[in-house]
Amino acid sequence: MEVVLFHLMPYADLDLKAGREHGTVWVNLPNSNFDPVKGHKLYNRYLDELEYGEELGFDAIAVNEHHQTAYGLMPSPIVTASALARRTQRAKIAILGSALPLREHPLMVAEEHAMIDVITGGRLISGFVRGIGAEYHTFGVNPTFSHDRFHEAHDLIVRAWTEPGPFSFQGRHYNVQYVNLWPRPYQKPHPPIWIPSQGSKETIDWAAHPDRRYTYLQTFSPANVVQRYLKMYRDTCASFGYEAEDRQLGWAVPVYIAETDELARREAKLHFEAFRNVFLKMPVEMLLPPGYTSRESLKNVMKAKAAIFGDITLEKSIELGLIICGSPATARRALESYWKDMRFGNLLVLCQFGTLPADLTRRNMELFAREVMPAVKSMASNVIPASGTATATLSS
Amino acid sequence: MAFTQRFIEVDGCRINLRRGGSGEPLLYLHGANGAPAVMPFMEKLAERFDVLVPEHPGFGASDEPEWLENMHDLAYFYLDVLQSLELRGVHLVGSSLGGWLALEMAVRDASRVKSLVLIGPAGISAPGAKPGDIFLWSPEELARNLFFDPALADRMLAQPMTPEFLDVSLKNRHTVARLGWEPRMHDPFLHKWLRRVDVPVKIIWGEADKILPVAYASEFKRLMPRAEVEIIPRCGHLPQAEKPNEFCDIVTRFAGKG
Repeated sequence: MEVVLFHLMPYADLDLKAGREHGTVWVNLPNSNFDPVKGHKLYNRYLDELEYGEELGFDAIAVNEHHQTAYGLMPSPIVTASALARRTQRAKIAILGSALPLREHPLMVAEEHAMIDVITGGRLISGFVRGIGAEYHTFGVNPTFSHDRFHEAHDLIVRAWTEPGPFSFQGRHYNVQYVNLWPRPYQKPHPPIWIPSQGSKETIDWAAHPDRRYTYLQTFSPANVVQRYLKMYRDTCASFGYEAEDRQLGWAVPVYIAETDELARREAKLHFEAFRNVFLKMPVEMLLPPGYTSRESLKNVMKAKAAIFGDITLEKSIELGLIICGSPATARRALESYWKDMRFGNLLVLCQFGTLPADLTRRNMELFAREVMPAVKSMASNVIPASGTATATLSS
Repeated sequence: MAFTQRFIEVDGCRINLRRGGSGEPLLYLHGANGAPAVMPFMEKLAERFDVLVPEHPGFGASDEPEWLENMHDLAYFYLDVLQSLELRGVHLVGSSLGGWLALEMAVRDASRVKSLVLIGPAGISAPGAKPGDIFLWSPEELARNLFFDPALADRMLAQPMTPEFLDVSLKNRHTVARLGWEPRMHDPFLHKWLRRVDVPVKIIWGEADKILPVAYASEFKRLMPRAEVEIIPRCGHLPQAEKPNEFCDIVTRFAGKG
């Protein structure tokens, strides 16, 4: 099992009242709410936290991309990954991911990722996403072409990484006379590609295809939903005629560890609820613009609207597996139980969320790394029948 | 006045066409909400005209062809519709996105067109005018911003959301996004070609339009100086629905001249 320290770099100094009253911190929360002096401190604190992740023994440290929002201050994950590239020596650096359809030119993504891969001597994990629905509002990119642009950009990037240049590329959205990448990536044939997703059949079919076999990451969903989609991925691989390796599956989940369950819950509560109920909150029109998902998926979301868009407590979130929170023993037990059900080969932990301050974040990281991570890393070596029925349940 | 309903196939695309009345042909080009039913203004216009009300490709019961990627595709399609139905001397009446469509058709080929009536048309940008964001508004905000009279919004919101109605709404919304997400509800090059429109043009605007504010009317007037502009007070984005009698009088006076 590979364990990845994932960061969203939220604007933790957000005036939560302002965010709540506005209804969302995405797209149109006025940027007068951002204070660059506080931002300066936050960026450096967060980068320190990721660098500390290497020291604590995480296999990889991960950044991502979000635009014009207090939810995450990384409009360019290239900038944060680059900053980490020269400050770390061992850990892999994962960009989870670059939002391909939002970029004007995919060759820029191919070049930037290749640069980081070469600078780090092959420590890059590339991730590709479409960007979330809200970002189609901010950028004006047409969401009804989102899938098309994603696939075409991906094809161009992988060809640019692997085929001898120069060659020309003619597509519907991108046309290049000379594709001739300098530098070529360090890893052969190219950096591993991971696909973070909120869960969609289209994405799973595409990522699981034998030509790709990309690592599929289910992000921030209730554990039963994670399990459903990871199973769908395995079944899809089987329908393609091959067995998925555990390394093709990943789960991204917030984690909070303290000495006791009671203390963990008390310390995490406000910060996690800010993450779920303020930073993540947006109206359905913002989250799912037309064409971003199939109309069938959109209808399903609208049906489940109350469950998705309503407020949720920390306690309920623990129950649903939206966060692993408790003592080291509780966290180990929970993760082992989930792992038996899901058999993910990558666990991405979010040790800072919402407004969680620096001291609690550090202690959380340290406790997780010291008391929980060794058990998690050893999970892959346990032999469990692949067809074993999952019966373990969480009772923390 | 009874309307018939049938499907016609043009360029391999089946569209739903309602037709009623007699007189000179009048092709009504609907806006973002489609044309799911015969409305009172259509009935009234049918007393003087041969009224044709198609549902655009990608809307309502019509096909969703893969080739439909932008307004240019739709404009060429409708020029083929005019040809296929052998219509001549047509009054094009377009609302909002349909007004934009009428302009895209007329700058390409107005040989079968007798006049244009544009109701709060999209299609251009206007300096300083701030259009509403129909994609970000909730259904309630959208309904409230469509009309001047809150009672009409209430009536719209009181419609039961049947599965069929939901399917059509999502389909229409998808097509509107495909055609008008970016650049938002306009074609940045269209303004250069508006001078090619050499048939009489009437522009009708609701004074209280919150989707496309009335400032757009002045910009159209600047770009098309020969166009007649009529502003309807106490009226929102859909004068044909909100002030059907006034609207039909304007159309009849303008297009029924001879």
